[in-house]
Amino acid sequence: MTDVSTPLSEHMGRPSLFGSPSGRIITLIFMVALLVVPVISHLMGVRLQLVSLDFGTRLVCLAIAAVSLNLILGFGGMISFGHAAYIGIGAFCVGIPAYYGLNSGWLHFPLAIGACTLFALVTGAICLRTKGVYFIMITMAFAQMAYYFFLSLDEYGGDDGLTIYNRSVLNIIDLENKLVLFLLCYVLLLLSIYLVYRIVNSRFGMVIRGCHSNEARMKALGYNTYAYKLTAYVIAGAMCGLAGALLANFQSFISPDMMSWPRSGELMFMVILGGTASLFGPVFGAVVFLILEETLSAYTTYWHLPFGILLVLSVLFIKGGLNGLIQRGWSRG
Amino acid sequence: MSTLFFIQFMNGLQLGILLFLLAAGLTLVFGIMDFVNLAHGSLYMVGAFFCATLTFWTGSFPLAVLLALILTGLVGLILEMGVIRHLYQRDHLDHVLATFGFILIADTLVHILWGPQGIAIPLPEYLRGQVEILPGIIFPTYRLVIICSGLLVAAGLYWLIGRTRLGMLIRAGASNRTMVGALGIDIKTLFTAVFALGAVLAGLAGMLIAPITEASIGMGNDIIITAFVVIIVGGIGSMKGAFIAALLIGLIDTLGRSYLGDLLQYVIPLHAAETAGPAVSSMLIYIIMALVLALRPQGLFPPKVR
Amino acid sequence: MLDICNLKKSFGGVTATDDVSLKVEAGELHAIIGPNGAGKTTLIAQLSGDLAPDTGRIVFNGRNITSVPTHRRSHYGLARSFQITSVFMGMSVIDNVSLAVQAHDGHSFRFWDHAATQASLRKPAMEILQKVGLAGRAGAIASAMSHGERRQLEIAMALATNPTFLLLDEPMAGMGIEESAAMIEILKSLKGDKTILLVEHDMDAVFALADRISVLVYGRIIATGKPGDIRKNKAVRNAYLGEA
Repeated sequence: MTDVSTPLSEHMGRPSLFGSPSGRIITLIFMVALLVVPVISHLMGVRLQLVSLDFGTRLVCLAIAAVSLNLILGFGGMISFGHAAYIGIGAFCVGIPAYYGLNSGWLHFPLAIGACTLFALVTGAICLRTKGVYFIMITMAFAQMAYYFFLSLDEYGGDDGLTIYNRSVLNIIDLENKLVLFLLCYVLLLLSIYLVYRIVNSRFGMVIRGCHSNEARMKALGYNTYAYKLTAYVIAGAMCGLAGALLANFQSFISPDMMSWPRSGELMFMVILGGTASLFGPVFGAVVFLILEETLSAYTTYWHLPFGILLVLSVLFIKGGLNGLIQRGWSRG
Repeated sequence: MSTLFFIQFMNGLQLGILLFLLAAGLTLVFGIMDFVNLAHGSLYMVGAFFCATLTFWTGSFPLAVLLALILTGLVGLILEMGVIRHLYQRDHLDHVLATFGFILIADTLVHILWGPQGIAIPLPEYLRGQVEILPGIIFPTYRLVIICSGLLVAAGLYWLIGRTRLGMLIRAGASNRTMVGALGIDIKTLFTAVFALGAVLAGLAGMLIAPITEASIGMGNDIIITAFVVIIVGGIGSMKGAFIAALLIGLIDTLGRSYLGDLLQYVIPLHAAETAGPAVSSMLIYIIMALVLALRPQGLFPPKVR
Repeated sequence: MLDICNLKKSFGGVTATDDVSLKVEAGELHAIIGPNGAGKTTLIAQLSGDLAPDTGRIVFNGRNITSVPTHRRSHYGLARSFQITSVFMGMSVIDNVSLAVQAHDGHSFRFWDHAATQASLRKPAMEILQKVGLAGRAGAIASAMSHGERRQLEIAMALATNPTFLLLDEPMAGMGIEESAAMIEILKSLKGDKTILLVEHDMDAVFALADRISVLVYGRIIATGKPGDIRKNKAVRNAYLGEA
């Protein structure tokens, strides 16, 4: 019997967090910059919006959302066009208790994760019975449903949104301090990426990737693909809910607009842009998108025009379209 | 009470008719070209704006509608020939993303050309009043006009698809694209025609509602999702399904919003019902969609399998 | 072992499976042959659980599995290979087979430990690869392999689930002479140990391997018997072999 471990040591090795060696360096520099630039510019009183702590905090929160979406979209191949709903639900889980004077972060964050888990479980159970374009449309519809639901709650601002006056209270750290909030968000981003890394390379992750690659095969092998996909869907929703709760803290303002379906589209674009089926890709995508948004909207209120044109052109001219990018990204991973 | 109910019923019909006009184009394009057009709602918006401007230029609402229909059809034509036809082979996700891009472009262009404010369309005198449709029940004339126009269009579509050569090609193309192509029928032109037809229908819906709600930027972005719900419930590719589902959803949504709060009072305390009423009724049609998907995933009236 | 009773399946006006009854004995290699369009694919789909028959029963080891979902059938011991290669293109060969092994190694709701480092998956996977002769290609990415190698991987994955019954859908499809011969050897080595229902077009393979043969024409079984008998059967010659 051949000794299994020696000749196979390459395949037995632990999967890389960073990809190729050159990718490793770029990613490291990038992530360090993401941390250091906003902090230093804040401490030095730099006025430029693009490197500000505010911009950085928003960026990191949306990056967490993008990372969560990539788990199901990039690795799992589940094209959810309603992921922004979780940002909104998570945010309202901070806003609504705060409205009633319940300011504890120990309530807000678990509530956000719990509510999103429930929503993902119920809607996912229904969506995942469908495939392809039906799945896309139904995820959109459910996100729209959440949007209308919160819109109808006049008590909490409805269309005008809800302002909160205190950030979540966590007795060990003071989130009212902008720097502390940013650092918390950054740490949570790192944790999210690490969590996705472990999930994606675990037995569960292999199942999800297999389902993306060839679901019929997975079923024939004996996997209850529905159960696994639903689990992944719920994890992604919960993670995104955390992002929403953080965003609510940062903005101190929550509106249903945060979960409108065009927001889901933007989130999806970030993920695809950054390269799906890669761990840090969503962060890259979020950064590029938000920088574009920030710089272009400084010149014109019509920045959606170039963005829209860019979208159309990328679909037309990138080989295989943006969906091709997803599929190809998958075989590299 | 029953007067109010009847009026709300009529309002529900009106919403349903509007949804049908949107859903018809959507389901045609999806059924025949297998293309998911998110920007369908933008054609709805564009139709409304064309009509608004033309009403001011010509001073005649009916004339404006006619001209705007032609213009919207033209926009649909150009869109299809310029971009859409290159996307048929692509994956549905690409359809969604590209048309999402179109929505952004359309919204911005409208903003540039017409400004950020909505534009109201003044109705001619003879359409502004009310009619007594049943003894003691009066209903706005214009809303009645919407319902009647919509039903006329539905009848026209029924005739077109069931009784004309074009309709036969459409039905054939829906069940077997390759075969129709192999028979030498000019598929390209057929697809362009279908897309343009869809655009005209969407534009018509926009024009019809604009005098009531104003032509405004992004007005199509929310109703397009409702149109998707309609075609999912009705069965993708099915005109009959779109018609019935549209009316159903229009009625449920309107009547739900009016009466759910009251109905809930029988089950939960008043104050809770006042909040829960609007909240639940906003979710009603999606709950219906979920139910239909659970029980009959192919929709209520799916088109015949090839 | 596998008892197919009066299976019927129609699509619109076309009857794809017309009252098919068949018994596959334990340990035998039973081949199904028939011209194109005979309904072989539809039959396989019903056996694997991808398609529900209109009427009829499928009994596996005494258990009625007619409405059992596909993934559960695998756990009863029924494995299948696909006519159109269905491997995980983006993954390495060893990952492909490990995933197959994993399917029957308890549940996979394990989110933390790296699957690639688990000997409980890798070891059985390597053993299977050795059996089909792909051990040397363990690290290759499936998309980079030749068609024949992928067909071997296809079989390996079916074997990795430790089945008692193999449903093989044209394993020789698209293979050259050498590759087919190698595949025939692999299948020979499985005979007796596993029960096999083999759907094939390659007549050399069929007559070399089969204990019994059933002939499917227009959705009906027109003959069942030993290879020699089938070769001589008039109806079969007319409908099928005679056409060549």
